[in-house]
Amino acid sequence: MDNLELLIVAPVFSMQLLIDGLLVGSIFALAAYGMALVWGVMNIINIAQGEFVILGGYVTFVLAQYGMHPVLAIPFSALTLYVLGLLVYRIVIVRIVDRDLFISILATFGISILLQQVMNQIFTADVQTVESGLGTWFLFDDMVTVNQVKVLACLIALVVGAVLMVFLKTSRTGQAIRATAQNARAARILGIDTDKVYATTYALNAAICGAAGSLVVMTWVIQPFIGLAYTVRSFMIVIIAGLGNVFGVVASGMMLGVTENFAGFLLGAEFQTAFIFSLLVVILVWRSWRLRRKRQVLR
Amino acid sequence: MKIMRMFKALPMIWAVFAVMLAAPLPAMAKVDGDTIIFGAAVSFTGKYSTNGKHTKNGYDLAVERINANGGVTVDGKSYQIAIQYYDDESTPARAAQLAEKLIQQDGIQFVLGPYGSGLTKAIAPVTEKYKIPMVEGNGASRSLFNKGYKYLFAVLSTSEQYLAEAINLAAEQAKKDGRDPSSVTVAIAVENDPFSQDIRAGVVDDANKWGMKIVIDDKLPKELNDMTATLTKVKALKPDVLVVSGHSKGAVLVVRQINEMRVNVPMLAITHCEAADVIGKFAEGAEHTLCATQWTETMSYQDDDFGTAMDYYNDFNSIYGYYPPYQAAESTASVQVFVDAIERAGSFDTEAIRSALAATDLMTFYGPVKFTEAGNNMAKPMVLRQIRDGKYVAVAPSRFASEPVVYPRPDL
Repeated sequence: MDNLELLIVAPVFSMQLLIDGLLVGSIFALAAYGMALVWGVMNIINIAQGEFVILGGYVTFVLAQYGMHPVLAIPFSALTLYVLGLLVYRIVIVRIVDRDLFISILATFGISILLQQVMNQIFTADVQTVESGLGTWFLFDDMVTVNQVKVLACLIALVVGAVLMVFLKTSRTGQAIRATAQNARAARILGIDTDKVYATTYALNAAICGAAGSLVVMTWVIQPFIGLAYTVRSFMIVIIAGLGNVFGVVASGMMLGVTENFAGFLLGAEFQTAFIFSLLVVILVWRSWRLRRKRQVLR
Repeated sequence: MKIMRMFKALPMIWAVFAVMLAAPLPAMAKVDGDTIIFGAAVSFTGKYSTNGKHTKNGYDLAVERINANGGVTVDGKSYQIAIQYYDDESTPARAAQLAEKLIQQDGIQFVLGPYGSGLTKAIAPVTEKYKIPMVEGNGASRSLFNKGYKYLFAVLSTSEQYLAEAINLAAEQAKKDGRDPSSVTVAIAVENDPFSQDIRAGVVDDANKWGMKIVIDDKLPKELNDMTATLTKVKALKPDVLVVSGHSKGAVLVVRQINEMRVNVPMLAITHCEAADVIGKFAEGAEHTLCATQWTETMSYQDDDFGTAMDYYNDFNSIYGYYPPYQAAESTASVQVFVDAIERAGSFDTEAIRSALAATDLMTFYGPVKFTEAGNNMAKPMVLRQIRDGKYVAVAPSRFASEPVVYPRPDL
């Protein structure tokens, strides 16, 4: 517990951990939006989520190699992934959308392996990164550093979240998506082309992941085989936030980021992720306990 | 009725099996005419494919050069050499299967190692079972050499030696500054896999020897993508030495984030600089980082096949179009060591060759090779190189150093 003492003596370090956690968490949240959407609308848990993120990173990496400013490459990553998302939907997802969850997990797991190997063939297994060229703010005598890419990432996450919320509420497509999520059969009867809705949803998910990947490659590093970290984090965020709750996704994403940082500082890096998983178990147990109590009241 | 029919069919099935078993085994392929065939399962696909390529190129260059120089002379007869390759897909289970296949089906009697400790660990029990000698240059984990394997020989330094030299260097520097080496504080952040944990063990041993205090001892998880928490601790505790090892990913992350967070630490020692190309990625940001390496082209080693280390370096580049990382050099040296042992054994008897390997005392462009009982090479030291003006400069151990180390690192 020496490290706890350290935080009490020098609170400036908690500030570093807190700020960084909030910003980093927003990147996780960005990757998780789409998972909540796809899960809620199509009842598919997209295991290939992380691979979409990494692929988005590679698009930015390639464009940066050709001299494009990486920040400007973000929309291109999203666009490329949108097209890829449509393609994957047409080839695979369309066949499994009405099947049970197990089939869809298997299928998207397959897609994730395929994407990993394709990326490995094209980009090799080397670790890649892109300099954003945005710089860092140094506060409090260099004690707190804020990487401007992370701030940008946070802004993008918030804007995408807001746009997504408005889009789902007001636009015709958004309404169709929500209707399909509520009851696909009824939606079909009322003349909604659910196939198109599914395709849009899945492609939208891929596009958001692409943007997230673009930020990941500017913040950290990418490699064809580290997508799983983002899939798992998205999964956790969605479980905590619930489906179809955009604000909840941002909040739980940021909470995840902050908790990870503090767990890493206090308990050591080896417990950074382990702690999160234990927390997930606690939250699930607590939630089912609360639900059970509610039922008793009703009875 | 159906069951009865199945019973009737049984003899026929047995007959098919019998024919299959009786089919003549493939001719022993270890020596085919006047060619000696080595076997190797190397990662051409999967996550180790980059280093797998270096390994294969290293082997191929050795084969080409040894053949051009007249091949191998065994019992007065001259043989050419060749390698039978398989792709182990970077998975240990596949590697073990392929080792069985090489030995059982292809009749290979001489096995060259795969890339990496994990895959070597998968193959070693197989070669051991069939008593087939394996010479490898890419499995450094300590756990390979404490199992009592008799047929495993490794030309490279083992993993606990990788960064231990950094601790000794820090002690030397402390003495120079008039400080007691025991006042040096050490921060360790290494990945949570067997290879990196060996590196940690080596560092801890040497730090204890000097009485140094270890203030941070983090194990980075495999799915690591952020070192902010660890580096914040480094900022708070201000250690003298920061040791990081987490394959290419760890190297890129630490160099990137240490600059972004302006973490000033007098000595930063890491592994996998070359594989991660930290100079190419960060230029200025990578300056003054210490990098552990098995081999560098500026060493004064030489042999008859390749000339000096520098000659090898340039020849490799002219053939494959890139300068060889140490992974390639140690692969080449593995073939040289194997060939040397076969020549000294004077026969193709695997036991004789094993004894010859155990008695190896060879100088190569890669460094001296002399095996311990356990099969690892203790004759060659690890080297620490410091990045200066975008170049690697050997700074430790002092007897091979081309220049003294810059210590402490200038503030960022």
